[in-house]
Amino acid sequence: MRRLLGIRLIWPIVILVGLLVLNVIIEPSFFTVRVQDGHLFGSLIDILRNGSPTLLVALGMTLVIATRGIDLSVGAIVAIAGAVACSILAASPNPGSVSTVIGAVAAAIGVALVLGAWNGMLVAVVGVQPIVATLILMTAGRGVAMLITQGQIITVSSAPYKVIGAGYWIGLPASILIAAVMFALAAVFTRKTALGMLIESVGVNPEASRLAGVPVRAIVWSAYLFSALCAGVAGIMISSNVTAADSNNAGLWIELDAILAVVIGGTSFTGGRYSLAGTLVGAFIIQTLTTTAYTIGVTPGVMLVFKAIVVATVCLLQSPAFRATALRLLRSLRRKPVAEGGVAS
Amino acid sequence: MSAQTARIRFESLRRSPGRRHALVYVTLSLLVVVFGIGSVSFPGFASGQVALNLLVDNAYLIVLAVGMTFVILSGGLDLSVGAVVGLTTVTAAALLRAHWDPTVVILIVLASGAALGLIVGLVIHFFDIQPFVATLIAMFFARGLCYVISPDSVSISNPFFTTMAQTHIPVGPRLTINPSVIIALIAVAAGFVVLQYTRTGRTVYAIGNGGESARLMGLPVVRTRILVYAVSGFCAALAGVLFTFYTLSGYSLTGVGMELDAIAAVVIGGTVLTGGSGYVLGSVLGVLVLGTVNTIISFNGTLSSWWTKIIAGALLLLFVLLQRLVIGRARR
Amino acid sequence: MSNRVGEASPIVEMTDITVTFPGVTALDRVSFRMFPGEVHSLMGENGAGKSTLIKTLTGVHRPDSGTIMLDGARLHISGPRQAQDAGVSTVYQEVNLLSSLTIAENIMLGRESRKGPLIDWRATRARAAELLAELDLDVDPASTLGDHSLAVQQLVAIARAIGIRAKVLILDEPTSSLDADEVADLFRVIRHLKKRGVAILFVSHFLDQVYEIADRLTVLRNGELVGEYRTEDILQIELVNKMIGSEYAGLDDVARSGYVATAGADTDPLIRATGLGRRGGIAPFDLTAREGEVVGLAGLLGSGRTELARLLGAIDKADAGSLHVAGYHKSARTPRAALRRRIAYSSENRRDEGIIDALSIRDNIVLALQADRGWFRRISRRRQNELAMSYIHALNIRPADPDVLVKDLSGGNQQKVLLARWLAIAPHLLILDEPTRGIDIGAKAEIQRLVIDLADNGMAVIFISAELEEVLRMSNRVVVMRDREKVADLVNDGVTAAQVMTMIASGEVS
Repeated sequence: MRRLLGIRLIWPIVILVGLLVLNVIIEPSFFTVRVQDGHLFGSLIDILRNGSPTLLVALGMTLVIATRGIDLSVGAIVAIAGAVACSILAASPNPGSVSTVIGAVAAAIGVALVLGAWNGMLVAVVGVQPIVATLILMTAGRGVAMLITQGQIITVSSAPYKVIGAGYWIGLPASILIAAVMFALAAVFTRKTALGMLIESVGVNPEASRLAGVPVRAIVWSAYLFSALCAGVAGIMISSNVTAADSNNAGLWIELDAILAVVIGGTSFTGGRYSLAGTLVGAFIIQTLTTTAYTIGVTPGVMLVFKAIVVATVCLLQSPAFRATALRLLRSLRRKPVAEGGVAS
Repeated sequence: MSAQTARIRFESLRRSPGRRHALVYVTLSLLVVVFGIGSVSFPGFASGQVALNLLVDNAYLIVLAVGMTFVILSGGLDLSVGAVVGLTTVTAAALLRAHWDPTVVILIVLASGAALGLIVGLVIHFFDIQPFVATLIAMFFARGLCYVISPDSVSISNPFFTTMAQTHIPVGPRLTINPSVIIALIAVAAGFVVLQYTRTGRTVYAIGNGGESARLMGLPVVRTRILVYAVSGFCAALAGVLFTFYTLSGYSLTGVGMELDAIAAVVIGGTVLTGGSGYVLGSVLGVLVLGTVNTIISFNGTLSSWWTKIIAGALLLLFVLLQRLVIGRARR
Repeated sequence: MSNRVGEASPIVEMTDITVTFPGVTALDRVSFRMFPGEVHSLMGENGAGKSTLIKTLTGVHRPDSGTIMLDGARLHISGPRQAQDAGVSTVYQEVNLLSSLTIAENIMLGRESRKGPLIDWRATRARAAELLAELDLDVDPASTLGDHSLAVQQLVAIARAIGIRAKVLILDEPTSSLDADEVADLFRVIRHLKKRGVAILFVSHFLDQVYEIADRLTVLRNGELVGEYRTEDILQIELVNKMIGSEYAGLDDVARSGYVATAGADTDPLIRATGLGRRGGIAPFDLTAREGEVVGLAGLLGSGRTELARLLGAIDKADAGSLHVAGYHKSARTPRAALRRRIAYSSENRRDEGIIDALSIRDNIVLALQADRGWFRRISRRRQNELAMSYIHALNIRPADPDVLVKDLSGGNQQKVLLARWLAIAPHLLILDEPTRGIDIGAKAEIQRLVIDLADNGMAVIFISAELEEVLRMSNRVVVMRDREKVADLVNDGVTAAQVMTMIASGEVS
């Protein structure tokens, strides 16, 4: 597995390095990190911080895709999580107290977990296709988030809450730390326990796995649970960054960025082989792209088109039929120059 | 109906896959029930014009649902239709603002929708990419193009379009509809004829029932599977045109989430999500159900319009579960 | 080959057909012919080449060499559509029609009557009714196909074939799910088609039925033609002999001689199945297995051996009866529960239910063991490698590299990896379903030796193989199956192949 992953990670890493170099050329101070009031600042730090929610969602999405599924409801869960937390804070007498914040965050995470369990039940137990099951929550979810916030943007003033998305711990932005910790936990859980291999096994061949005694249903369910958890945390991060809950826009298009990151990182839609490290690189590429775009002044529309083209290219490259056709075309093109009376080389 | 009778009826529904078209009767009953709820809750609800307005306000969704019915019948899914609607409105508005001839503009956008669908269909079939992945990418591509062409709303003042928007066609005493409704009904009729009365349409059903079986029966599976996405693209473009008649503007955020409405309408209308059985007329009923729910909410005035989305999601869930119960065991 | 004077010339003539796939010769210079108005039955066990021959005739495979003539003209078809246009129609075992459409639609799909560009449903339904009437099939053309029994669906498929004006009709295992009355109905239709001059290829493993309906038989074994016979010229017992007779002299030295009948006769059985059965799969049966015993299941394709094995391994849910494992109160109902009781089932469908092809040899081997330990307590990498290497050596798996992906291995090596997975959990009962199918002789012998060693060391083994000699060589007891029913349970004290074949052929236990 390591050998295979090593080869596959080369291209994403090359792309990432290329992008970073491009950024340095445009803005020579790109890599500089300065310290101010004991906190780190700089373009790189910004990329890492802004990319944390996307990384989290992509993390959960990786495991779901690995089980041959997809979770389209993550955007809605992001919105709901922010809405729940902010509603609780707005309604409480002392939003600035740490214990209230912890309570609000816990409630939001709890709701996210319930939604994840719901998705998991539909897919693993009832047997609904993953895309349809999560589509239902995607449809209704944003509506629910809007209901919770009564259609308004709820703003709260709570210093402890703001720390999550915009504050600093031990010098680094808190969101980077949270994302790093969750990523590390996921990596540890899948590498140090047997979960990683069992997930792959389920994704490649669920029936053979069942016969081998693998608890297929439980694993699929857990994947959706984890994806919702990640989306919930990401939602809190996003909402805390502005200390507000905007149910209309929170997490909009985040599923695209997440899927993009996962696909670039090498995980295949057909299930089985997945790479958390690949997703990490993929998420950074996405965020760097977005940042570069803002710096250059590229409009959001062009970004969207560009991202679509990139995913399309990666998906096509992953398709064996496409590779075969492309190779055939290349070979036939290479043969043409010989026909003009020249000496065959 | 006693519990016993209900159970027996349910069992026979379960055992006979052919009774799937009975699902359409469920939709019809649901429509009657929902309209009934509206009628008792609000004075003035149970009027002919309210019913006709269902058609007027949802003409675009009806056309969208027709196209989506084709795709879902064949066992696929098209997530890009909402974005294509948006792209159509934006393109049309931009071209009209540059004083292009309205007929030409309409032809261009219709052709583009069909072309995009054709490309998606080709990629899905020949490169073995899953429909939801391919159409998801197409969705973001089209949506991005929307923003590129014009991020802000552009109003349309072309006389042809304004005529289409403002004409009232009387159909009875103080009852009117507009040209969009006619167009939508023509689309429904066309869809109906193709699906029930042409070999291509029967092949669509066959593919959804078991592509491998259809192939073994010697049917032109490849051609039809690709065609289905072209049809969906065309319908999305047509829906976009109707939407420009409705709003007289092109806006890049048009159509966000519309694909979900279309899918919900088709499923609620009795088309089985895994493909192979369903009717265009059922999808129209599905649109009317959603439209009625929307109307109730706007009559109420106090409920936020987001309730429509929630109820649509809940109905979608209900019908998906219903379908799974009826055919799930048999398939496995 | 006998060819009586005055017989019409063959309508299908396949000459010297060879079809190879990577590593396997599926058909080796096989000749086959069919005559109009005749029922010709193709006989042979799994892997004999029957389905390859049929697929070559219907254009799914292109032969490496040899010619196919249909009605005097050379046949060039590349798919189902051209096959149908040429007049070759196939009715598959699973019927392969569209169950949610009506009977009329199914019969006429793709060739509906038209008025201009639109379908004329009245004419279409009338034509369908005509075809149904011709077959004397009394069903409502407007009813949904799925509402009818499989028997009726098959007849509808045949009606479709007639509508397409088939000259050659291939019936692939048409009677597997039919009862006696339905079979009689089908045969009536077949006889009618014979009178119309249709050539019918009847593939079935039910010998009685073959003898009742077929005029001519062709036997294939291991991709080679054994012979073509007129039904009246060959006895059932001879036929069975030709299908599954002996041939691997080299494997005679691998035997269970000496370990007969003494295997734990007075100990409690390890597992006891009582009245265990599944509707549509296998009639309720009793079976016991003891430590150190090898129980061989003998029977033809479709006799229910795999169904029995799957019930024992709790892969399928039983409708009736119970399965008790020594030391446990409750029946095992899922694969996980069976594995916990140390019952391992190795599927005959290696590709879909066995190997996880995109994972490595090492991952495949430790999978069941790991699943049993739970997701949290991971087997250390070092230990995984030790396990993998020890099985790689013990079973001679090549290439001897635990990181290689299983999809890159040959069939034989894949089978060994699968076997290693089950051995790794140290099962008390190992159920092997066709473990030696599709692998070379050397690997076969290795696996057979291994099974005997395991039994000698106390493992109970249930062994299924299409090759009767193999089963007899390895077993302490032989369970004979016929038509989804267990018909005999013999102690293997010198039981001969002939005796078993007689039981399979005639159903009588001597």
